[in-house]
Amino acid sequence: MHGIKRSPRGLLGDGGRIVAKCLLQVQNIDVFYHDFHALWDVSLKVEEALVVSIIGANGAGKSTLLNTIAGVLNPTQGTIEFHGKKINGLMPYQTVAEGISMVPEGRRIFPRLSVLENLEMGCYIPKARQKKNEVLQKIYDLFPFLEERTNQLSSTLSGGEQQMLAIGRALMCEPRLILFDEISLGLAPLVIKHIYQRVKQINSEGIAALLVEQDIQRSLKSSHRVYIMQSGRIRLEGRPGELSQEDIREAYFGL
Amino acid sequence: MLSILSDLKGPIMNGLLLGGLYGIIGIGMSMIFGIVRLVNLAHGDFVILASYLSFVTISFFPVNPLLTLIIIIPVMFLWGYIVQYYLLNRVLGKTIEPPLLVAFGLSIILQNLLLLIFTPDARALFTSISVTTIPVGGFLNIPLIYLVDFIASIITIFLLHRFFNKTYMGKAIRAASDDEGAAQLMGINTKTIYAWAMAIAAGTAGIAGVLVGMTFTFYPHTGPEYLIIAFGVVIVGGLGSLLGTFLGGLILGLAQILGAHFLGPGFQLLSGYLILLIVLTFKPTGLFAKG
Repeated sequence: MHGIKRSPRGLLGDGGRIVAKCLLQVQNIDVFYHDFHALWDVSLKVEEALVVSIIGANGAGKSTLLNTIAGVLNPTQGTIEFHGKKINGLMPYQTVAEGISMVPEGRRIFPRLSVLENLEMGCYIPKARQKKNEVLQKIYDLFPFLEERTNQLSSTLSGGEQQMLAIGRALMCEPRLILFDEISLGLAPLVIKHIYQRVKQINSEGIAALLVEQDIQRSLKSSHRVYIMQSGRIRLEGRPGELSQEDIREAYFGL
Repeated sequence: MLSILSDLKGPIMNGLLLGGLYGIIGIGMSMIFGIVRLVNLAHGDFVILASYLSFVTISFFPVNPLLTLIIIIPVMFLWGYIVQYYLLNRVLGKTIEPPLLVAFGLSIILQNLLLLIFTPDARALFTSISVTTIPVGGFLNIPLIYLVDFIASIITIFLLHRFFNKTYMGKAIRAASDDEGAAQLMGINTKTIYAWAMAIAAGTAGIAGVLVGMTFTFYPHTGPEYLIIAFGVVIVGGLGSLLGTFLGGLILGLAQILGAHFLGPGFQLLSGYLILLIVLTFKPTGLFAKG
């Protein structure tokens, strides 16, 4: 994985400003679902090896934004750049090759494939396939239970285990950026805590993360920057320490 | 009682062997239904197209029809890929009707093209294999061609099983069949994957076509007959398992031959359909459906 040197202050420079190099830049995008205008003039930035969260209520457009970055949806206006390269208009299978991987909402593991086969699908692209065994070992270190159950049918795993499998699968292609879509949904608090610890561990390896989350406190705790969305627009952005509770509440609920 | 059982040895043997042929006719249809969620109404015509291709090949190179598989399988493979990639992929979407209509149209076009080129005369890929019977255990004779059909079917299903479980492409096809969207997020180009799946399905139709041509006579409009058989195999066997499809073929073959044995040759097709109805009534997902 990508080793990023960290100063004792992490990725924050003097005065707490984020100094890491920009990895993903979304600029003024508009997205439509047929006639429905889902995203309005959305801009967002993720720097190398940072954790950035998008929070917002149901229907705020968080998942739409992630799906647009992954290439599932196409913006009608604006640009998405990854590593300085324009990636809007690429199909999802092409964005994977660029280094963006996704843990989709609802996990969406392949139920009729075994645990190992699910992981193998994560490194389907030829570039990733070459390093399969090496990366597989790293994922087994991260989630040891996966190694014990390689041949088990993945649909027989518990919800939390399936979520970890989905994360492992997304790591198989050695991404620079992982998009996490509501990874805590429907899981027990203890499991969520465990999963967030792993996300932190993954991030410490230098992989940037863009998280979509409904849980405000958890997002504030685990990210370097948060964006708050409401009705398809970004209402507020900033570092967790900078934002007041009132501002967040106002942006979240649109009051 | 004992004499009835010994009388039945022949029909049971023949039914099982014929079932092997039915299995390979149905396997391509079952694959495409399971993976692309597409009812390929032209599958039977793919089979007959391969029979005619083999017929043409033999007229140029007079060899055993089985040897023409070296040409037929790649040609059918390419045909399947092109049909899926350039035609069916364009109409795949939220509803099942557009691809169904395109496949139906393809079936009509193929039948009429074959009619135009080959006239409505009956053709066959007859060789010495087609008319030889071999004694089994000293008490019954079975047609050699049925045995060839059965063995070819088993080999094909074994190879497909290896392909789907051991290769990246095979696993990706299964993944795309489980969840197309998630497969795309893994870097799998599902449109290409579907084209490969159809290519393989058409390849199996190619094998089935050569075997059918060696076993029975065929006409330009015989395709739908085999489509019905393929449907039967898919319904009895259920989706999602190669072995299920093969066993579905055996059950259908057995039902037909035993029906003909007890009720007279006129009841061969009817008894097959009765089994279909019974399966549909009591286990609509098929006897060996997975997942």
